[in-house]
Amino acid sequence: MTDASTPVPPKSSLYATSDRVKRRNRSETRFRAYGFAAITVGVLALILLVISIVSNGASAFRQTYITIPVELTEARLDPAGNRDPAEMARVTTFGYAPLLAQALQQHLQGQGISMEGVTPRDLMAMISQEAPAQVRALVLANPEIVGQTVTMEMLAGGRIDGYFKGRVTLESAERDSNVSPAQLLLAERMAEAGLIETRFNWAFITGPDASDQRPEAAGLGIAILGSFYMMIVVLVLALPIGVAASIYLEEFAPQNRFTDAIEVNISNLAAVPSIVFGILGLAIFINFAGLPQSAPIVGGLVLTLMTLPTIIIATRASLRAVPPSIRDAALGLGASKMQSVFHHVLPLAAPGILTGTIIGLAQALGETAPLLLIGMVAFVREFPDAPPEGFFDPTSALPVQVYNWTQRSDPAFVERASGATIVLLVFLLFMNAMAVILRRRFERRW
Amino acid sequence: MPLIWIILAVLALGAAGYVLGRKRAVSSAGGDIRILHSLPNYYGMNVFLTAVVPALLVLVVWLLVQPTVIQRQVTQLIPDNDIMESGELSLIMSDVRRVADGLDRAVEQGALSREEARMIRTEFTNIRETLASIGVALGDDVNADVLAAAQRYRALQSAGNTVMAAAVLILAALGLGYAYSRTHKDFRARNTVERAVLSILILASTIAILTTVGIVLSMVLETRDFFHLYPAREFFFGTEWIPSFEGGSHLGLLPLLWGTLYITFIALLVAVPVGLFSAIYLAEYAGRRMRGIAKPMIEVLAGIPTIVYGLFALITVGPMLRDYFAEPLGLGTSSSSVMTAGIVMGIMLIPFVSSLSDDIINAVPQSLRDGSYGLGATQSETVKQVILPAALPGIVGAILLAASRAIGETMIVVMGAGAAATLSLNPFEAMTTVTVKIVGQLTGDTDFSSPEALVAFALGLTLFAITLGLNILALYIVRKYREQYE
Repeated sequence: MTDASTPVPPKSSLYATSDRVKRRNRSETRFRAYGFAAITVGVLALILLVISIVSNGASAFRQTYITIPVELTEARLDPAGNRDPAEMARVTTFGYAPLLAQALQQHLQGQGISMEGVTPRDLMAMISQEAPAQVRALVLANPEIVGQTVTMEMLAGGRIDGYFKGRVTLESAERDSNVSPAQLLLAERMAEAGLIETRFNWAFITGPDASDQRPEAAGLGIAILGSFYMMIVVLVLALPIGVAASIYLEEFAPQNRFTDAIEVNISNLAAVPSIVFGILGLAIFINFAGLPQSAPIVGGLVLTLMTLPTIIIATRASLRAVPPSIRDAALGLGASKMQSVFHHVLPLAAPGILTGTIIGLAQALGETAPLLLIGMVAFVREFPDAPPEGFFDPTSALPVQVYNWTQRSDPAFVERASGATIVLLVFLLFMNAMAVILRRRFERRW
Repeated sequence: MPLIWIILAVLALGAAGYVLGRKRAVSSAGGDIRILHSLPNYYGMNVFLTAVVPALLVLVVWLLVQPTVIQRQVTQLIPDNDIMESGELSLIMSDVRRVADGLDRAVEQGALSREEARMIRTEFTNIRETLASIGVALGDDVNADVLAAAQRYRALQSAGNTVMAAAVLILAALGLGYAYSRTHKDFRARNTVERAVLSILILASTIAILTTVGIVLSMVLETRDFFHLYPAREFFFGTEWIPSFEGGSHLGLLPLLWGTLYITFIALLVAVPVGLFSAIYLAEYAGRRMRGIAKPMIEVLAGIPTIVYGLFALITVGPMLRDYFAEPLGLGTSSSSVMTAGIVMGIMLIPFVSSLSDDIINAVPQSLRDGSYGLGATQSETVKQVILPAALPGIVGAILLAASRAIGETMIVVMGAGAAATLSLNPFEAMTTVTVKIVGQLTGDTDFSSPEALVAFALGLTLFAITLGLNILALYIVRKYREQYE
């Protein structure tokens, strides 16, 4: 009777997990958690980025306006009294500013709004420096309104605008030399009387850029137009060249050194840093060929060279996806090689080519670095002409405008830059959505 | 004649040629197109191409060559002592061009008559004021030599343009006539047209080579000028970056390279673990739905322009790092720092690493996984001990590609890293990179003969060489690995 009554406990059982298995399972769970955490980090980064941009930039689409009746005194605006715009143009914006200040002061008095602690000078500072220029433009366009009292809607100054958007507070105004709490309180009273209102701001999307001192008037119009011009240039050049190059490489090119050289070049160009393309643009298009700086044509050319590899790679992929039976059938019916490609393969590959082109354009639209080098950072206030002359006029571009605004000292430009980024992202979203829809709608599985 | 009209006229000639050629071919066959060698449209196309292509080629070459020729002619008119005075021939030439363009514009706007513009003299008229009144600003008063040169410039320019228009149009007409005369029912029109189309296709595909040549040439030439002005040894081994436009600059590459590599290192520290683990999770663990949501979300990060990341670094990440890490830890007070740029760049690279690794992990044959599971390995053990070793070369390639991206990235570092060139280890300090300095030295008004501007080309060449090397290495590794399993 040795061990029979007291059985030796089994060393391991299939029913109980051993320590080793537990450890292995724990490490399995841990590994899985790492993976999940990594995905979460990526997604969180995206969400944080979007929230940061939207929360900073959404207010750029709203703007604060002051509405008051202004008497357009003839003695000041048209001393000669003959309503000749050429002569009235001699009165500069400095001639209009006192008029507005006076009108504001009188109106406030008339409405019984107290101007406690606000000097007439401070009162003028509440109106944007852009306002006299706007009134002047209005008067020069319609000389007959001189002498009348017209209800004008004027941009409020950047700080006042900031107050209604929550960027400027009474506490921060204490420390700010550009605005006093008294001005903000007055603005509050004016808002109660309905003289100040904050509403949607079309000028942000359509207007030109404004100088460092007047963030409230800065708009994206020229930048959007410039980007649009560049996209036209890229589309017109990159699409035909890219498609032609892809057709040659995919359908006709013999296996030789020359073809290899092209292939190697294309794959390398796809990975060259964008700023190097900027250097190329500066050295070749501007210094050598003598094209003007800041012009959409130069930007378009540089972006074309950058986009070509993307378009070529996409086009080749979609050409390759067309089954050889199509080519064989065409050749069998007596078409030449060229006819089989242009009449049959290319139309079938078109949706894929288009998708690739849109994605390439979207990339080009967001590109900034090369444009900095070809002078697109310049301050431009004149709208370019219509194409083709407009391609040679100085413009800005959307992403460059964002960069430009971040370089200015007034904190109101942070809001503008974020707002411009929202516009840029909306464009990109639209283009990418279009690419996805095209792919879904026309993609063929053979 | 403005350029656009010349082009339109050539195209109109071509279109007329198309119609004529087609008609002639059909009539030569007596109206029965079955007798023709090619389809009728090919005859028209042949005439069109023969008329248009040579004419437009001549136009392009002429436009490229004419300015250089005129420049050389006009330069001879400027006496040497003028050049001594203003120091630089290019400055005088730009004055000459401005005066010439100004006079042309004055004629256009009616401020001067054609005759007046030709006879204008410095003794009688103040040209600077005349031109200023039509919006052409001149820096200096115009002296007689410059005016003479400007008049010569105008004469040559207008003569050149007239001759060009005539030459191009005559060439187009000749091409049309030649092709038209050859059009006949037995003419092999399709073969000719297809040969022409093929050469256009070949031409289009050489653009890639031309671009590379352009990049290398533009940088090599300027870099050579730079090394004439500044010793190469000091550029490559100098530890100080203090440009000053008055001369006596120190333009050492090392601090910039250090900043670039430091930021790249931090970016990879963020992007590689996150990207790799996401790829593993998506490829091995995630269900269909999870994959359908998470993969596009991460890929959206790749579609966001770098300027947006730059803004994110500037207004959110930078201040956050400064307020919660750098200042409490006493490491710095700057919101732009290596850390800021590195982290944001890391986020930008996550989708890059993850989608490349995803492809590579999916390319590992299923048999390897099945074998591992069959031996009783857990999923994570399979990943760690079978899949990753098998995919390692590909993943290394992906990391190298990501590194090359990070080194060449511009906007994030311009807005997030700062501009101070320092050799420091503190990641919360502002540092600068090669790309930041390229932007810094080349934006705004620059004088392309000073070493301070030319150094940007040397920096660009260095950057190009580094990224090209990394790319070639990475592609080599990836390709070699792919062959293993195919």
